[in-house]
Amino acid sequence: MLKRVLVLLLVLTLVFAGFTGCAPQPAPTEPTPQPTPTEPTKPVLSFGMVTDVGGLGDQSFNDSAWAGLQKAGTELSVEPKVLQSTKQDEYVPNLGSLAGTVDLSVAVGFLFEDAMKTAADQYGDKKFGAIDISTDLAKANVMQVNFKEHEGSFLVGVIAGMTTKSNVVGFVGGMDFPLIQRFQVGFEAGVASVNPKAKVLVNYTGAFDNPDKGKEVALTQFQQKADVIFHASGACGIGVIQAADEKGFWAIGVDQDQAAVSKNNKVLCSMIKRVDVGTYTIAKAYADNTFKGGVVELGLKEEGVGYSDGGNNLTPELKEAAEKYKTAIIEGKVVVPVTIDDMKAFKPVEIK
Amino acid sequence: MENRKSELIEEIKKNAKEISYPLIAIIISFIAGGFLIYAFGKSPMVAYKSLIQGSLGDWNKFGETLVVVTPLILTGLSVAFAYKCGLFNIGAEGQFIIGSISAVWAGWAFNGLPPVLHVFLTLAVGAAAGGIWAGIVGWLKAKVGSHEVINSIMMNYIALNVSNYLTMTFLNEEAKAFTHEIAQSAKLWRFAEAFAQFKYSRLNIGIFIALAAALIAYYILNKTVRGYEIRAVGYNPHASEYGGISIAKNIVLTMVISGMFSGLAGAIQIAGVQYRANNLFGFTGYGFDGISVALVGNNHPIGIVLSGLLFGILQKGGSNMQLNGIPKEVVGIIQGIIILFVAANFVRIVFDKIKENRHLKQKTIREGK
Repeated sequence: MLKRVLVLLLVLTLVFAGFTGCAPQPAPTEPTPQPTPTEPTKPVLSFGMVTDVGGLGDQSFNDSAWAGLQKAGTELSVEPKVLQSTKQDEYVPNLGSLAGTVDLSVAVGFLFEDAMKTAADQYGDKKFGAIDISTDLAKANVMQVNFKEHEGSFLVGVIAGMTTKSNVVGFVGGMDFPLIQRFQVGFEAGVASVNPKAKVLVNYTGAFDNPDKGKEVALTQFQQKADVIFHASGACGIGVIQAADEKGFWAIGVDQDQAAVSKNNKVLCSMIKRVDVGTYTIAKAYADNTFKGGVVELGLKEEGVGYSDGGNNLTPELKEAAEKYKTAIIEGKVVVPVTIDDMKAFKPVEIK
Repeated sequence: MENRKSELIEEIKKNAKEISYPLIAIIISFIAGGFLIYAFGKSPMVAYKSLIQGSLGDWNKFGETLVVVTPLILTGLSVAFAYKCGLFNIGAEGQFIIGSISAVWAGWAFNGLPPVLHVFLTLAVGAAAGGIWAGIVGWLKAKVGSHEVINSIMMNYIALNVSNYLTMTFLNEEAKAFTHEIAQSAKLWRFAEAFAQFKYSRLNIGIFIALAAALIAYYILNKTVRGYEIRAVGYNPHASEYGGISIAKNIVLTMVISGMFSGLAGAIQIAGVQYRANNLFGFTGYGFDGISVALVGNNHPIGIVLSGLLFGILQKGGSNMQLNGIPKEVVGIIQGIIILFVAANFVRIVFDKIKENRHLKQKTIREGK
């Protein structure tokens, strides 16, 4: 027995010694290609992102943000780095670690607000990009990108207003606060512009993570005759789409194209938020030396928001109308309301 | 005096032997992890170097590592303490969450108290809430005999949802998915205030509280009558009952104390690190990691401090490994291998086998003569 164990150990040591012998080899090969790309005028670019606990593969914001950085990376032939968080209280140290390694660190989501402030102070000489932090952090080295969700919501409002047969449409919000109200008023304005007779039912679930609640609210709206329901409620929306599958009304997705969520293809279209455009914009600004601290808002004009038709449910007529309003908004002929007060003063403009 | 000395040496020898088994298991796990990293096409050297650099590379990183270590020690103690009474407290996670949210409440609602008192109150409320949360499980076990594993798992989910509910309603910061910030007077003292080296880490005196808790746990278990009773119930409940020790009383008490450690961990996380609670998407993981920490630490308070440190280094250094292109799952795999080796007591079995063989051989030689 002893002999066998000894032999086993010996074999293990040999094998281990074998690979430790060749393991460091990648290290010496790394410095060799370095001299080639040194065109002394060009600064060495490096950037990366920190994900939230959702991590890569969430088919949502993290993936989308990563896609934007990768696009910028391919164009600039830089390999972006990614640091995936496993706990919510890791955001501060992770953003710090990343900033210690690369010049530009990007993070997505309002939960990074505190982390962004700390890291921006700690690494005053590094640059940061933040998506969806609505408060202006007022830091010279933090570029904040937010989206004009109301503009995208306006377009799906136009589509909903033209699609409804009962002249009742619904809006399901996550939590009743200014960010989500933007979706609501944009949608209401869009509906009012094409179908003044239509009524918009507005309900809030009070959560972003409760599909059951979303379904419940959607079913209530359906009972009140709503036949197109737009949601801006995170994972609650899965419930809204389930309800649409069961009862046969149309749902409108949010943030990403949600056609795939529906089993019976009952997602009419989705209001999409191009987080990838956001991260790409930041990386591009950094590479072009146009990086500036402060808040940048991306709307229809910058293609930061829009609508998508993953389920092929939009008729040419609907698309045409949506495109017409899109142009009108870009040209400034239609000013989409942002707050509930704006909405009260909103006068529908008919675009021919 | 002489006697005392030899006793001490004996004790150290015994402990060194106890420590050596998991230590060897850990070394083997790292070697095995190295193979794995190599199999992924990455260099194990680069991986382990970045692991160490990311966790111990400078004072700030070391500070952040200790920030992770603090709750791990406490939840580890929590699990180990219950284990000594023969109870398996999987509910450390829920007790941690309840401790956190209660600490947020205490830290926010009693604004205006003098700082030292307020900090003390915040931690006490967190610990008490964790104790009550676990006490319910202990009480159910003692009264109706329902199994603590099932109940504490269920209580984890209740804790998560209660915490999220309170975060979004009663304690909610307007228009945000997190709670109010706790008052200045409820915050634990941070090293950053006095030492420039720790300026950018959130290291706070919570680490000393955790170490003190380890000593307290050791003292209660080994130097008090109550601790003796708890261990007696753990070894053999029927015999201890025959000896006049109440099983029910000790089970409830053990669960309460165990829950207090986890609740305290949650409270320190709030008062020292986060200052507020977030709407949780899932479990924080500190409670579950506590099970591994206790296991690797052999359920001994000193062992738990060491294994907490190990897990802290792995978790903190793990994020740095990612920056060097090592998948984040690798750290989880190494942790898993360590637990596997330690739990299977692999090293001890091999050593005992070797010893037994040698013994047998000698015996046969002697008998052959």
